[in-house]
Amino acid sequence: MTTARLTWRQPSVIPGFGITLGVTVTWLSLIVLIPLAGLFLKSATLGWGKFFEAITSPRVLAALEISFGIALAAATVNAVFGLIVAWVLVRYDFPGRRVVDAIVDIPFALPTAVAGIALTALYAENGWIGGLLEPLGIRVSFTPLGIFVALIFIGLPFVVRTVQPVLEDLEPEIEEAAASLGATRRQTFLRVILPTLFPALATGYALAFSRAVGEYGSVIFIAGNMPLVSEIAPLLIVIRLNEFAYAEATAIAVAMLIASFALLLAINLLQRWARSRGRG
Amino acid sequence: MIRSIILSSDRRRFLFGTLSAVALAFAASAVSAQTTLLNVSYDPTRELYQAFNAAFVKDWQQKTGQKLTIQQSHGGAGSQARAVIDGLEADVVTLALAYDIDAIAERGLLSCDWQARLPNNSSPYTSTIVFLVRKGNPKGIKDWNDLVKPGIKIITPNPKTSGGARWNYLAAWGYALKQPGGDETKARDFVTQIYRNVPVLDSGARGSTTTFVQRGIGDVFLSWENEAFLAINELGKDKFEIVVPSLSILAEPPVTVVDKVADKKGTRAVAEAYLKYWYTPEAQEIAARNYYRPRLAEVQARHAEQFPTVKLFTIDEVFGGWAKAQPTHFAEGGVFDQIYKPAR
Repeated sequence: MTTARLTWRQPSVIPGFGITLGVTVTWLSLIVLIPLAGLFLKSATLGWGKFFEAITSPRVLAALEISFGIALAAATVNAVFGLIVAWVLVRYDFPGRRVVDAIVDIPFALPTAVAGIALTALYAENGWIGGLLEPLGIRVSFTPLGIFVALIFIGLPFVVRTVQPVLEDLEPEIEEAAASLGATRRQTFLRVILPTLFPALATGYALAFSRAVGEYGSVIFIAGNMPLVSEIAPLLIVIRLNEFAYAEATAIAVAMLIASFALLLAINLLQRWARSRGRG
Repeated sequence: MIRSIILSSDRRRFLFGTLSAVALAFAASAVSAQTTLLNVSYDPTRELYQAFNAAFVKDWQQKTGQKLTIQQSHGGAGSQARAVIDGLEADVVTLALAYDIDAIAERGLLSCDWQARLPNNSSPYTSTIVFLVRKGNPKGIKDWNDLVKPGIKIITPNPKTSGGARWNYLAAWGYALKQPGGDETKARDFVTQIYRNVPVLDSGARGSTTTFVQRGIGDVFLSWENEAFLAINELGKDKFEIVVPSLSILAEPPVTVVDKVADKKGTRAVAEAYLKYWYTPEAQEIAARNYYRPRLAEVQARHAEQFPTVKLFTIDEVFGGWAKAQPTHFAEGGVFDQIYKPAR
């Protein structure tokens, strides 16, 4: 473990550390830091009192709760089912495997508005799936459940694509070794496979979550957008912009950013903790 | 060695190509700068301005010999106004409501008395709010007070994001206010009841049309008259019908020149002529054919059958104009927000 850390600090055999670091910093500033700084500056024009007011009104709190709650739930579902999909794609060979593999990427490529409209049509009361659920009293389109479905859709590939390569490197021989040393299947999965996959799974979870929290295009069509019920925070930002209240809009954005950052940091720490435990 | 020579000649050719492309682009923009107008408009006017622009370009060429290109930009009225504020160089704006142009004026891009610069509040065509119901009108919806009956589902977009939805809201408010014994409290109750019957708040008018027409949700759709006609003619007369309420609001989508941009680009003369052209009989005829109510009496008479007479009130007489209606009803914490107060 110590050697691993040491080698990381040693310079690479390829020269050019200075110039690449320069490019990295400039590029990051241009693409990420400067727009973010603008966001913080604009919201700072409000002053603390108004900033606090802008992000703690019942509407905003409800919207933040909906956005973060459903995004976390969707990312959790994606983590479970994404893992299963990745497992099937790596460990089994079956006709059409490559096609299934390609299908996983569709949510990446599809314009989100198209996804939203398609899902709404499917799950509406007169849609194919919605028509079947309607007699059971389950409504998906134009309810929070619809948001959940849309966020699962857009988040799926993140988990599959982060777990897949790690799973490919995980040789079946390791499982066989565990089995021959007397581990039960359950023990093999919990003690051998899961710890190895956990960091990748956490990364996929974090990616799916952050994508879902900021999602606007697909959700807006399926959500119904009822205040306090199915109104997501990004929509509230658009509403504030339409009132020409730029500073209030950025205040909500800053609140979302800080909350997302805190959650991503927590996931990162969890990941690091798992990795160190796995090694130790 | 040979490879590097090939590379460099390639690179030279590439460089030359890029440079000439850039030069061409500059030349093109220099030529067209004199005769290009950008009209920033809202969503449902696409077809209207296609027809109007073609007619004006022809007219302008006959009068001045100048060839004119008119570019159109369409989108939600609020975001279009924001784009102009943020620097989209529109010579003219033709938006859904005066409030959006007021917002542009507030930032100094055009004079604050813009609405007095052209006749009829600078709104050369008008529309109103009507009901679109399913064929045969199964729920028997005839007027505004039928909307608040229990079990009626109303489709209307979100007034916070859609200009058209704000007209819907104000029309309902005005109706309640003008009933015998009507006052502010009753109007507020009435509008609250209406929104209790709204299951979906789409962000724009076209989204609501889709919800009502394609998804089959709702019994009645509050719509711009022109959108309702469009929906019927595009989607079949056998599926929907228009119900005209006893009283509605006169929706006045205004037009104006963006002073700062027109002066900078030197297009003021043509931009003003472009908007004035709206008040000619030919242009009014175009408006009528695109289901907007014309202002000229002679054109109105010709299309009397298409546009049934409705008692219409204006936003100025009932609400004291957009400058008052917007902050009272649609600003953060305004009346519309209070309808959705949390129960807890």
